[in-house]
Amino acid sequence: MSNKHRPYTLIAELTYRCPLRCFYCSNPLDFASRGAEIDTDTWLRVFQEAEALGVVQLSLTGGEPLLRDDLELLIGQASKLELYTNLITSGIPLTFERLARFRALGLNSVQVSIQSTRSAESDRIAGAPSFNRKLEAMQWVKALELPLTMNIVLHRDNIDEIHAVIALAERVSADRLELANAQYLGWALANRAALLPTREQLDQARTITADAKVRLRGKMEVLFVTPDYYSEYPKSCMDGWGRRFIVVNPEGLALPCHLAQTLPGLHFDNVKHRRLADIWHHSTGFNHFRGDGWLPDPCRTCDRRTIDFGGCRCQAFHMTGNAVATDPACSLSPDHGHVESARSQATRLAGVPVLFEYRTGRGFARA
Amino acid sequence: MLRMITRVTDDTARPRLSPKVRLRFDRRTGRSLLLYPERGLELNETATEIAHRCTGESTVADMVQHLAQIYADVSPGDITREVDDFLTALADRGLLRNMP
Repeated sequence: MSNKHRPYTLIAELTYRCPLRCFYCSNPLDFASRGAEIDTDTWLRVFQEAEALGVVQLSLTGGEPLLRDDLELLIGQASKLELYTNLITSGIPLTFERLARFRALGLNSVQVSIQSTRSAESDRIAGAPSFNRKLEAMQWVKALELPLTMNIVLHRDNIDEIHAVIALAERVSADRLELANAQYLGWALANRAALLPTREQLDQARTITADAKVRLRGKMEVLFVTPDYYSEYPKSCMDGWGRRFIVVNPEGLALPCHLAQTLPGLHFDNVKHRRLADIWHHSTGFNHFRGDGWLPDPCRTCDRRTIDFGGCRCQAFHMTGNAVATDPACSLSPDHGHVESARSQATRLAGVPVLFEYRTGRGFARA
Repeated sequence: MLRMITRVTDDTARPRLSPKVRLRFDRRTGRSLLLYPERGLELNETATEIAHRCTGESTVADMVQHLAQIYADVSPGDITREVDDFLTALADRGLLRNMP
């Protein structure tokens, strides 16, 4: 079978519940009103169907996946299917014993996110006391000899700490450091004025990171995810629509990306009612933006159409109201003015406090 | 003849895959996959032979010798270069231990 549309990665969003309330959360704004979480048996079947389709990588994420008390069963199944399983977590709520169980069951790697290198600041951004427990969780990961990725979502309030972030990653012996600038969708789009850094901030962070990459080569993989608001061309979102990734969200919708269900007029199927292979190959949702027949101008004739596939559909829709538009992050987009005005706003607001809204709704306490 | 390029790898090194790496067979393509957090490499035949010998026991010289037996029609220089390139690519990604 051709590998043209082969999913290599399943992103299993096990729950939208989370003990944290980060104001850049990538979950949809209406997550609290979504349907009930799918049950253990459905997930076990989804993993099996995903493996049969060609998936080799599994991300267990959320919300906070640790809030699922069937995580042990899910990790065991993934291991049986030889999936490379990465747990993406805040580290809360976790015990050393539970993490040791995950390891024994075959978990391959753990990603722990922090919000800042300063405890009080990290807790402020997370909207909950959490920093010290995250440090402890990272130490447990290393003590169990599991590969550790330290992740931080960068924005205007923490991007100037990049030196300290790299130093902390070295101190906790992270195998991988993910410096991920916020993607301005979901809660991050709603709070964009409080998040978007200036070009100067970004350039400085990029320079410091480039040095660290060279210095740490072979010891720690350092990844810097540029915010597409400051790049000339858009990202190839999810490596292209329905090409390499399947997201299954907590209520069971199978999606090409974690916000695809926010696009109007598209239909996405639930894994409770349809086999994953059928959804992947034949559903209208997955086929909607496959190939280049749908591309708008100027993408249609652009040399980069096979590189970035027109960019992010969600970003196009949430910025222009038109899901078929060129991603406005692209400097060639007729709607690029949206991005330019956001950048000017970032410059104007530099150093000025901006109100933001924490992610709200169904949280840990009410779970 | 003088070597024009400095070798990155040392013949006596005994490379070993880092613990974050899983090497597995891909039944859809019949090739080997080298998986690590959020990434993967699909290996060709030579790379597969090399990767399977990254156990901390074989030296780089052993790997070259092994491949020379399989690919009798390829020049030793090309084989050495291929081993070097692949090991360097792995080391750059932090996927190897025991490299100088």
